[in-house]
Amino acid sequence: IMCASAKYNTRGPALIPRMKTKHRIYYITLFSIVLLGLIATGVFQFWPHSIESSSDWTIEKRSVHDVPVVKLPADSPIPERGDLSCRMHTCFDVYRCGFNPKNKIKVYIYSLKKYVDEYGTSVSNTISREYNELLTAISDSEFYTDDVNRACLFVPSIDVLNQNALRIKETAQALAQLSRWDRGTNHLLFNMLPGGPPDYNTALDIPRDRALLAGGGFSTWTYRQGYDVSIPVYSPLSAEVDLPERGPGPRRYFILSSQMALHPEYRSELEALQAENGESVLILDKCTNLSDGVPAVRKRCHKNQVFDYPQVLQESTFCVVLRGARLGQAVLSDVLQAGCVPVIIADSYILPFSEVLDWKRASVVIPEEKMPEMYSILQSVPQRQIEEMQRQARWFWEAYFQSMKAIALATLQIINDRIYPYAAISYEEWNDPPAVKWSSVSNPLFLPLIPPQSQGFTAIVLTYDRVESLFRVITEVSKVPSLSKLLVVWNNQNKNPPEDSLWPKIRVPLKVVRTAENKLSNRFFPYDEIETEAVLAIDDDIIMLTSDELQFGYEVWREFPDRLVGYPGRLHLWDHEMNKWKYESEWTNEVSMVLTGAAFYHKYFNYLYTYKMPGDIKNWVDAHMNCEDIAMNFLVANVTGKSVIKVTPRKKFKCPECTAIDGLSLDQTHMVERSECINKFASVFGTMPLKVVEHRADPVLYKDDFPEKLKSFPNIGSL
Amino acid sequence: MQTRKKHIFLTFLASWLLLFFFGGDQLRRFTFFSGRKAEARRNWPSWTDRSLLKSFADPEELQSDGDPSLPSPRARRAARLSVYKNSRCRMETCFDFSRCKKHGFKVFTYPRERDQPISESYGKILASVERSRYHTPNPEEACLFILSIDTLDRDHLSGQYVRNVDEKIRSFPLWNGGRNHLIFNLYSGTWPNYTEDLGFDIGQAILAKASFYTESFRPGFDISIPLFSKDHPQRGGERGWLYQDSIHPKKKYLLVFKGKRYLTGIGSGTRNALHHIHNGKDIISLTTCKHGKDWEKHKDTRCDKDNVDYEKFDYQELLHNSTFCIVPRGRRLGSFRFLEALQAACIPVLLSDGWELPFAEVIDWGKAAVVGNERLLLQIPSAVRCIHPERVLAFQQQTQFLWDAYFSSVDKIHLSGLWQIIKDRLLPHRSRSRFLWNTLPGGLLALPDFSTHLGDFPFYYLQRGRTPPALAEHSKLSACHNTYPLPAFSGSSPSEKFTAFIRAISPSISLSQPILRLIQAVSGSQYCAQILVLWSCEKPPPPSEKWPQTTVPLTIIQGRRKLSDRFFPYAAIQTDAVLSLDEHTSLSTSEVDFAFVVWRSFPERIVGFPTQSHFWDAEQRRWGYTSKWTNELSIVLTAAAFYHRYYHSLFTEYLPVGLRELVDGLAACEDILMNVLVAAVTKLPPIKVTQRKQYKETVPQQVGGCKDGDAGAAPAGGQSPLPQHSPPAKVKGTAGAAGSRRISQQQDCLNQLVDWFGYMPLVSSQLRLDPVLFKDQVSVLRKKYPRLEKP
Repeated sequence: IMCASAKYNTRGPALIPRMKTKHRIYYITLFSIVLLGLIATGVFQFWPHSIESSSDWTIEKRSVHDVPVVKLPADSPIPERGDLSCRMHTCFDVYRCGFNPKNKIKVYIYSLKKYVDEYGTSVSNTISREYNELLTAISDSEFYTDDVNRACLFVPSIDVLNQNALRIKETAQALAQLSRWDRGTNHLLFNMLPGGPPDYNTALDIPRDRALLAGGGFSTWTYRQGYDVSIPVYSPLSAEVDLPERGPGPRRYFILSSQMALHPEYRSELEALQAENGESVLILDKCTNLSDGVPAVRKRCHKNQVFDYPQVLQESTFCVVLRGARLGQAVLSDVLQAGCVPVIIADSYILPFSEVLDWKRASVVIPEEKMPEMYSILQSVPQRQIEEMQRQARWFWEAYFQSMKAIALATLQIINDRIYPYAAISYEEWNDPPAVKWSSVSNPLFLPLIPPQSQGFTAIVLTYDRVESLFRVITEVSKVPSLSKLLVVWNNQNKNPPEDSLWPKIRVPLKVVRTAENKLSNRFFPYDEIETEAVLAIDDDIIMLTSDELQFGYEVWREFPDRLVGYPGRLHLWDHEMNKWKYESEWTNEVSMVLTGAAFYHKYFNYLYTYKMPGDIKNWVDAHMNCEDIAMNFLVANVTGKSVIKVTPRKKFKCPECTAIDGLSLDQTHMVERSECINKFASVFGTMPLKVVEHRADPVLYKDDFPEKLKSFPNIGSL
Repeated sequence: MQTRKKHIFLTFLASWLLLFFFGGDQLRRFTFFSGRKAEARRNWPSWTDRSLLKSFADPEELQSDGDPSLPSPRARRAARLSVYKNSRCRMETCFDFSRCKKHGFKVFTYPRERDQPISESYGKILASVERSRYHTPNPEEACLFILSIDTLDRDHLSGQYVRNVDEKIRSFPLWNGGRNHLIFNLYSGTWPNYTEDLGFDIGQAILAKASFYTESFRPGFDISIPLFSKDHPQRGGERGWLYQDSIHPKKKYLLVFKGKRYLTGIGSGTRNALHHIHNGKDIISLTTCKHGKDWEKHKDTRCDKDNVDYEKFDYQELLHNSTFCIVPRGRRLGSFRFLEALQAACIPVLLSDGWELPFAEVIDWGKAAVVGNERLLLQIPSAVRCIHPERVLAFQQQTQFLWDAYFSSVDKIHLSGLWQIIKDRLLPHRSRSRFLWNTLPGGLLALPDFSTHLGDFPFYYLQRGRTPPALAEHSKLSACHNTYPLPAFSGSSPSEKFTAFIRAISPSISLSQPILRLIQAVSGSQYCAQILVLWSCEKPPPPSEKWPQTTVPLTIIQGRRKLSDRFFPYAAIQTDAVLSLDEHTSLSTSEVDFAFVVWRSFPERIVGFPTQSHFWDAEQRRWGYTSKWTNELSIVLTAAAFYHRYYHSLFTEYLPVGLRELVDGLAACEDILMNVLVAAVTKLPPIKVTQRKQYKETVPQQVGGCKDGDAGAAPAGGQSPLPQHSPPAKVKGTAGAAGSRRISQQQDCLNQLVDWFGYMPLVSSQLRLDPVLFKDQVSVLRKKYPRLEKP
């Protein structure tokens, strides 16, 4: 109602001033009456319905038989044949897609019509179940728009999935009269069964001009790379049969062929293989003498033995997918579903979604010529790889073959990635099964670089009010040759930092950053003042580290720039009695964490800590005023998959006038709290990322019988 | 006026009625309930009879897709062979695989003709081939042929254009319609169209061409190569320019371009528009029309001002200081600046529609470059601004990886990149996955002949899933298996056992003491799976009863008495880890245990005990080599070192044959080569671990008795006693001289290797890894490796 009145009010003033003044009142009255009438009508007629039957409006109760009928005159235009030279930059109108912050294309679907020729004979089945599912999926997806003017891609509702179920010329005419056809520019057709007798073309024979084709069974000669999309041939059996994923491991047969109506030549080659290798090869065919009522598709036979299909596929390690009349075979989908590694023998076949899927990880492709060598080729595949391929095959099915929805969305995503390449989905996202995605590590600092020594490091001292101790730390740290800047993070809002003149005079720039709140996470903020890659986090009471130790720590960090390199090491342990993690600060033979009271690390991890810390860990740390270092250890280990490096021998971390880390750590409640942190973080990360190692880094000649003055870092481990 | 009023009134009334009766539906949608319901309303309808719809194909038909009337598969293959020729060539129709069957992948280069000058670049390509391990001088053995005619520059206005190529190639008896030939080209066509035409008929030859246009590209057959200059180094090549990783890449500019502007002709559409995005601040896009002979004739109003701005910026400076670099098409699709930007870690923003990117068959360019659209130039600034800093960092690192792995030298581009792509096609089932090509250390270093399973290589443990929290390395944690959901994909990690691989070269028939002690010590390790002894002597090994009884299997392998033998990929080595030992090495079980535990953390590196280092000798202007005690190390001697068994395969099957021959001829060079190889692969230094025994600089001995003197392999920096049967000539007096001769040989070796590789791959390290409590002031009882500390 608000909307309605606003609409009329805005229209009103625009109209009224043009009238003569004396008529104004009359017109205003008239408008008011009309308006009131409208409102009354609206309220009267629609109000009750909106409560009772809103659901009826979203689901239209219509049958496909009720759709409008369009008669195609015999002489209506036919599009040009498909243009083999089409590429995205020549035949696709990118201006329709535009730049948008979401980087998503908009897809419009033409409404369903029934096409008949001049004599009223229908051109094709109005729509198949699969095509309807596909269009529903698009319509429910983020890509969908109902505004034809905003669309980047148009999907006709004319079903061309199966070329044999339609009349080619008339279907082409139907395409040509679509409202935005424009030579097929930005139109996407889905076809799974192309070609027909006698030559079985590998692409849809319907003249389609510039339209993109998502086709099943392309060969390298018909596939326009970077323009068309190769899609699977959907197997309706997937919806019927529930094949639970079968774990890896040995299977009864090594090679299985389940296709019916194979060419006798192929069959005889397969039989030769079977004769050579006996039981491990199973060649199935159509059953000839099934009792009535048993669907022939669900059974396969070998001699008199009857097998259930597709269940039998799960009994084999490798399943042969041979070309039939066409290149694309529905059996591929069944094979993948069964977690059987497909052996694809179809020269020049463009595998489904090959633009993004790495089929080498899920299948074995063998040239037709080499069919006789199939057995030995497959035997050379390592067992562990077979297991990975089986899981990969199943994952491909689940993600991209399982339903018409999966097929439709993968197709649109591929086109989307071409139009917004800078926002494209990565290889890993396409190809890695969820379990691998979950467990694999993609180190953000993956390039092995040894940062130049000249860059130096920035020391960050977090302080609250221990000025005296802070000044001692500053003086000590400033002696380290590679120090390039010192940053004091002043975490006390109630007290101003000492005056400039009181600070120690040091050879490198000293900056004081004042924080807005006394939070532990301030220590890990990626301050703009940090210009070096290396950061030394150091507490304001760590005065016992020698200059040699710090310099050596920096050198070690340069060799391991993606790790935490620190001095005091700690360990996490599994407590069998309590059934949870426990924090350990005793003298152990292992380390899994270093304290950030004195540790070198890459500035990038400050960025990660501040912006990418999973869950509520950051707030939790700030609230508890503890465990920021454990959180940092978890974060770095989780993102890199690597252990920390502890440098130099253990020292007593004690200073006369302050409570040092060790002093605190001894406190029992402190230990309990730290253990809690580990358990909390492990549950947030969903895993225990920390790595346990038994080594620490010392200078090459540490404690060696060698003149001290010739050692680069003589002053290591002294108290 | 009155009539008009009446009309208006009536119209209103009528429209009201119309709305009421017919438009209620519309009204409801537009005025009252716009928004959510309207959206839902116009979705694809949910048909009432959707469950009754017929399937797109009959299930039985789908399962039996055959047609008895079709000719036999063999006949169809033959038909394809005859139809798909020349411009429609594919490997299966135009390439004769049978040629590669017998001798493997061998390449033959036509003999060069004296009167036929060839360009520098083509000379480098031919040199690459001739130096490679695939080269064969015998055309009978060859799988691939390369012409000696320089076809790089096919612009007939160019000085290097070779005439009458057609006639020449037809006169070659081996030409055979171009079958199995590989033709290189960098420039095709000429002003004004710069077509893809090469000026001769390549027939069925594979074309490796720069600036390939997708339309003329025969997918899976031709190969697109990058455009490289004649100064591109033959081997080695410069490093990338990225020295640091920073999250907000603090580069001065966001996006830069500096280059020619074309006012007319092909490519002008893009080049003429580039100046529009220049903002003078973080986007610098400078163009000049000052090129060609008579540029002033064609110049437009912008030219003079542009030329002034153009001179203000230096191309190299821009390249170094920008995050993104525009790489637009020139007259042709590719340009030098593509490789330049890649090296500079300036993320290429490609504006070259229809360019088949170099090696796109295997390289995932989406990870290293922004593939823009020429038509959407004006969107580029906002598009690159929106790219997340983390992604920018990943892009930058990927440019460096790709540059270094595939493009930094002519050898890498041709010898490796190109060959390996073709080689992969020959055996599709033993080829590298896209993952291998696009992940460090790159496809060239992941030999599919070794394995196609990622877990068998030392590089991919982390990418293929983290190690599950509980593993033997930390027994206390074993219970957590039950607490944490483990992925179905169990994490991958190197195997938990190692193979000790001892090289025996002493000529004795009875076993010497050191080797017996060594076998005892090694077999005492809980991680030892087996011991292999490589018997490199003419004399047969002692009978099995003479060998000590060990808990692990002990196998003797008869060597071929070559120094490089020790790195041969013996099938007997079953574990990931190899502990390489010399017979004189002295190690304790604790040392072995600790070193192995360390190696499991660094499976891609060499982890070992005695070390040596290299340095640049400025005086002699060459690399120096020292076995003295220093504060640094860059080489771990393979007399006592753990490494991944894959390095045996790389050593034998990746390195050129010439290098192995070099090593066989020099004493103690195979150590250095192994270290150089691993450093070249990982770009990381080796790792030294604690050793109990203090090594003194002892006199290394030439052990000559076993062979004719060429197999000198001394115990590495060892404290081991002289072998009992060492030749009498080696007495103490001459030993010092022998030592220095040895060092100078090693120095020679190092310098020759640097020459082969084209750069110095070794990396120095300043650290040693010790047990956590090493020499700490705690009770020995608390220490896991107390024996390492005994004096």
